[in-house]
Amino acid sequence: MSLSKEEVRHVALLARLGLDDDQIERLEGELNAILDHINQISQLDLDAVEPTTRSIPVVNAMREDVVRPGFDREMALLNAPDREDGAIVIPRIVGPGGGDQ
Amino acid sequence: MSNFSIAELSAAEISKLVTSKEVTAREVAEQAISRIDAHEKDIHAFNQITPDMALAAADALDEKIAGGATAVELGPLAGAPVAFKDNMNLVGTNTTCSSKMLESYQSTYTCTAVQHLLDANTLPLGKLNMDEFAFGSSTENSAFGPTKNPWNTDCVPGGSSGGSAAAVAAGMVCATLGSDTGGSIRQPGAFTGTVACKPTYGRVSRYGCVAFASSLDQIGPFTKTVEDNALILNAICGKDDMDATSVEREPEDFTAHLGDDITGMKIALPTDMLETQGLDPEIKASIYEAAEKLAAAGAEIGEISLPHAKYGLSAYYVVGPAEASSNLARFDGIRYGHRVEDAEDVLDLYMRSRAEGFGPETIRRIMIGTYALSAGYYDAYYGKAQKVRTVIKQDFDDAFKDFDIILTPTTPTTSFKFGSKTTDPYAMYLSDVFTVAVNLAGNVGLSIPVGCAKADNMPIGLQLIGDHFQEQKVFHVAHALEDIYKFHSVPANLK
Repeated sequence: MSLSKEEVRHVALLARLGLDDDQIERLEGELNAILDHINQISQLDLDAVEPTTRSIPVVNAMREDVVRPGFDREMALLNAPDREDGAIVIPRIVGPGGGDQ
Repeated sequence: MSNFSIAELSAAEISKLVTSKEVTAREVAEQAISRIDAHEKDIHAFNQITPDMALAAADALDEKIAGGATAVELGPLAGAPVAFKDNMNLVGTNTTCSSKMLESYQSTYTCTAVQHLLDANTLPLGKLNMDEFAFGSSTENSAFGPTKNPWNTDCVPGGSSGGSAAAVAAGMVCATLGSDTGGSIRQPGAFTGTVACKPTYGRVSRYGCVAFASSLDQIGPFTKTVEDNALILNAICGKDDMDATSVEREPEDFTAHLGDDITGMKIALPTDMLETQGLDPEIKASIYEAAEKLAAAGAEIGEISLPHAKYGLSAYYVVGPAEASSNLARFDGIRYGHRVEDAEDVLDLYMRSRAEGFGPETIRRIMIGTYALSAGYYDAYYGKAQKVRTVIKQDFDDAFKDFDIILTPTTPTTSFKFGSKTTDPYAMYLSDVFTVAVNLAGNVGLSIPVGCAKADNMPIGLQLIGDHFQEQKVFHVAHALEDIYKFHSVPANLK
């Protein structure tokens, strides 16, 4: 499997990375070189093997449902790039550019 | 007593001096601050130095001692100067992950492992440089410039926890915390001649440590001695409600078997792994030499095969980036982190904030991960890589039926020169060829220095791998090797 320049551009959009043409071109070469190595695992016949999602089985890590202190508003907004009246200011999200193409 | 040196003494030794009132904690903090001042311009281990926090902790400790608190009450790390990788939150410091994305990010809470060390009366000296978001093996991916290896400043300290390794090897502090997703503690440990442990997955809470790959990440200690390493792990391990993957265990003391005879310990050499292409012949020879010395001390040495370990790197470079691409989706320029000022709309804000805030390796990893998880490729990449995890884990499980410890090199080479692997991303990734399988299987791995290579006079680290939650056995054998080799982590010119 290898990636075309158009696919690299598509993946960059999925990843929300606004890359320029030079970056796309460089990544096309780099990603394909990395994928060449990664593709070693396609040689392995593992159809009968179950996947491992976590190395240590942890099942249902439950806790009591009790109220406990969380962030106060000031702390939650401490690093907000733009804020107003105790809320985070963002550009418009409805209309062109607001959702997926 | 004014002629003590934190570069010569272990955390445990300094703590004894402090709690027995031979030196004050303030003297320790002041010496750490002056050593950092003296060496930081050559080493650049720190992103942020916190002298005021260290002095405040020292004064608080001195007050407790003056008030009659005993050594037992204060703990075996009281008064030890420490520092933290800059992906761990600590209120009162920034947490930057060495990224422009988080350059001015102020910690809003404190990482559980960090808090445990503060509660152990240690003295916090600051936050340590790393590869951006922990992506890298040399600190050359830090947005704030690389850290230098104290053994040779033309060489990398390893990564991603390169600042954590260098700060200990330069004798600036006695112990640091790093994080390890594919080797990011053990590889810099090997490159800098420090003792560096990635505990079993689930042993230490990751709460407050910025996530890279959540099914692989673990926090662990860098120290000059095995005893210090075990003491730090004693302090930071345990179940935490804030990390659902942390595991509840019966309390145990990781120093319990230090100094015990190793007669009857069964140690395995994975012969197929030792034939890995690119393994430095001196490092290979050092493995067989260590095995002989352990045998002379009473251990039983055997040979095993880990047939799937060679697929570890490929599986890791699917699982790691895939999980990272998901974890790093949170850096969207909305709630925190870098935001472009003139965004036309929200998509434009995401696209440009992320492209500006992330460095080249971070972008590469996000791209690999996003591709591997994208429609039509999931089964071929992420699904397949998770199956590779299963067979790698099975290899380890089989080996640990017959053996206590697996002995491997930590790295295929000693530390390399700056710039020597920056043009080919995969050449850099090969640095983790012996360490990644341990993360995929969730085992404990520790790098212990056994001397310097004749070719370049740089430290060689060997990796001890133990079964899940068998840290005691790992520390036991590591201590035996420490006794045999008597390696000093701080080079003579920095003492």
